[in-house]
Amino acid sequence: MRLEPRENISLLHRAMVPVGAALVALLVCSVLIVWAGASPFEALLLFIKGSVGSKFAVSETLTRTIPLIFTGLAAAVAFRAKLWNIGAEGQLYAGACIATWLGTGLIDLPGWLMLPLLFAAGAVAGGLLLLGPTMLKNWLAVDEVVTTLLLNFIVLLFVNWLVFGPWKDPMAMGWPQAAPVVDSAILEPLIAKTRLHWGLVIGLVAALCVWLVMRYTTWGYEIRAVGCNRKASTFVGIPVNSVIIRTALISGGLAGCAGVSELCGLKGYLTLDLSPGFGYSGIVVAMLAALHPIGVVFSALFIAMLSIGADSMSRSLNISNYIADVATAVSLLAVLVSMLLTRYRIRWR
Amino acid sequence: MQDKQLLLDIQGITKRFGNLVANDRIGLQLQEGEILALLGENGAGKTTLMNILFGHYVADEGSITVSGIPLQPGSPREALKAGLGMVHQHFTLAENMTVLDNIMLGTESMFSFGRKDGRAREKIRRLCDQYELDVDHRSLVKHLSVGQRQRVEILKALYRDTRILILDEPTAVLTPQESDHLFATLQLLVEKGLAVIFITHKLREVVAASDRCVVLRHGRVTYTSVTAETSIDVLAREMVGGEIPEVRRPPVQSGANLLKLDTITVSDPHHYTLLDNLSLTVNSGEIIGIAGVSGNGQTHLADLISGLITPNSGTLCLHGSEVKKFSPQDMIHHGVGRIPEDRTGTGLIGDMTVKENLALENYTRSPFSRFGLLNFKALSHRTREITSCYDVRCGGPDSAARNMSGGNMQKLILGRVLSENPTVIIANQPTWGLDVGATAFVHRQLIEASRNGAGVIVISEDLDELFTVADFIHVMYKGTLSERIRPADTSARDLGLAMSGQRSVLHSVSLKEVQS
Repeated sequence: MRLEPRENISLLHRAMVPVGAALVALLVCSVLIVWAGASPFEALLLFIKGSVGSKFAVSETLTRTIPLIFTGLAAAVAFRAKLWNIGAEGQLYAGACIATWLGTGLIDLPGWLMLPLLFAAGAVAGGLLLLGPTMLKNWLAVDEVVTTLLLNFIVLLFVNWLVFGPWKDPMAMGWPQAAPVVDSAILEPLIAKTRLHWGLVIGLVAALCVWLVMRYTTWGYEIRAVGCNRKASTFVGIPVNSVIIRTALISGGLAGCAGVSELCGLKGYLTLDLSPGFGYSGIVVAMLAALHPIGVVFSALFIAMLSIGADSMSRSLNISNYIADVATAVSLLAVLVSMLLTRYRIRWR
Repeated sequence: MQDKQLLLDIQGITKRFGNLVANDRIGLQLQEGEILALLGENGAGKTTLMNILFGHYVADEGSITVSGIPLQPGSPREALKAGLGMVHQHFTLAENMTVLDNIMLGTESMFSFGRKDGRAREKIRRLCDQYELDVDHRSLVKHLSVGQRQRVEILKALYRDTRILILDEPTAVLTPQESDHLFATLQLLVEKGLAVIFITHKLREVVAASDRCVVLRHGRVTYTSVTAETSIDVLAREMVGGEIPEVRRPPVQSGANLLKLDTITVSDPHHYTLLDNLSLTVNSGEIIGIAGVSGNGQTHLADLISGLITPNSGTLCLHGSEVKKFSPQDMIHHGVGRIPEDRTGTGLIGDMTVKENLALENYTRSPFSRFGLLNFKALSHRTREITSCYDVRCGGPDSAARNMSGGNMQKLILGRVLSENPTVIIANQPTWGLDVGATAFVHRQLIEASRNGAGVIVISEDLDELFTVADFIHVMYKGTLSERIRPADTSARDLGLAMSGQRSVLHSVSLKEVQS
């Protein structure tokens, strides 16, 4: 079996990549469902019903999409510059921590000022958290995969200490959670009587902004150049180290925004289950989107559908909800393989 | 020749990559005791053929027979077992191991305990005596010269009982003297019954060292001849498939001083001297050639003038004023045009478009960007200008640079650099791996730039290239430069001696002028 590069890659061919990957993921999951003792057709039906079958289902799916857009963008921007930021989870919590610190009584401003301030503060916190590993990478060539990954655990343990210790809300009946944010710091629901909040609009605007920056500005051009070929970028005089630091601040900032949006839009207070691994899912989202900022919106929606649908299905059929995790993993693998197959064809012999 | 055994018989080999026919019904025979030169430009299909021979690719059609036994396709192990051995252009030696270890590597069974060093040493000693290869099997490869390393590669092949030895561009890294030594070794090998194929594009060597030559063009065997019955001119025409484009060099008229390096020293972080007390003067209108075996500091000289490294001591003056800050952007700003050695690795970004590649050195300037926003219209306009002016064949401004041929990549880089009208041009190996047409184009462009008043430095390992374009030549050896030499006052032979450290043979310009 050999791989040969394809000469011309048509648009149709490129468009087929996510579709084909999704189909393969569905197929593999059907096998698992049969194995778990349920009918795959019934499961698929319940899956669709649970993710997009009602107003409630759609609103839940869209609510889940919001943090994934932010963390997906964070990964997409960083990976474009070949800065392997695996620490979006920690940056998310860093953003949520700052927003909790500012938003639970330290300051109280009108909502139109309070929310931008909290988002800005969260972005700064996320950005700064990624700055350390980036400096170490630039100056001492320390692998950022290791440092950002380990920082996740440090931040999580720090949050753990906060919500069990100094920030523990005495009104929370002993639950490990911080005090709720003040009213002016709450992101209003987008549709009444659902959990869907204005974070979706902010996420979509962020995606649009990231796309415009990457596509039309010298900043985006530098990020892409550094990511594609660091040696050539150095040769032509692009300030590689500052480009990478800039990228880190943008990427960490976006992940920090995910934390603020979850805190102010969904939970209202800081807990340890603020994010069930949105930082890591963001990597999947970004890869599925082939690192395209607008694509991130759609792949975030896809992953959200997958997890909400699988949750609902597994509850109704009484099978394990780990099937959602498997489906996510399979779809990532399928996309990576199909991305390879757009550029190469397989020849047997 | 009739009674000699046919060692290698290649029949009708065809290999396609998509629409490209890399090898088209290639037939080739090799007899015992024969040195065959395989000639062809880049992309003629030499590498593909060798890859098929060694089982890295499987041919679509055709058969290969070694010593009368059909060779199983697609198995490198079978190829080695059949007695095929290869010496690659870029050596495949582990530098931190001894010669003995390198030779034995991969020949021992995985399941036998203990090493059979004694037997191996004995065999290597015998081979060294037999073929007059003087290499100490105990020395570490990193302490060996390039010529010695090549001998280790040959020994490695012989140790595996190779009957057919294939050498890919064996003289690319050698001085003319070392090349002669190599050819003597090859002669000895064939006298003992081996057969040799050497792949090259240097015609002089073909005539000097081979018994028979085969020319490949566009994947086909277009010409075969006994070497004694052909000539360099015929071979050159056959290789290019037409007349060779002529490069004219009008007489040099040196003008004002543009670049002056004064006692420059550069060391690496381990205090190893890379450039040693080096001085160089480049005047307007001149093309200065830097000759030397690779690894003698040429890369560092190019990096220095490109603004990638800062000297530890000494001064660099551009247009009479000293450069204090060494960075690529500063050098570009001072009018230095930089053509890098590795065009795919440092010159271009393959995954970006042609348009974006042309903007790499000036995207921060108006009209290509304003207030941090790229001006795509201006970029496309410039791209069309450059691609037509420098005859760059590509799929348009928005096609990926990766898909271009080597020649077109180099034309693109030339266009990017020369369209800015640089006053000093540093070109490191500007025609490496290019076909004859593209090479002539690059030479013409550099000569034109110099005659329009630029000072040009051409670093090259190819002496023919320097004799074609350079007005003056310096020889680089261990980080130092020789005096300025006029090409007319020297020969490839003398330059070769100087390249291996014997400077006394050279007549420098100043000395000559004092005498006359």
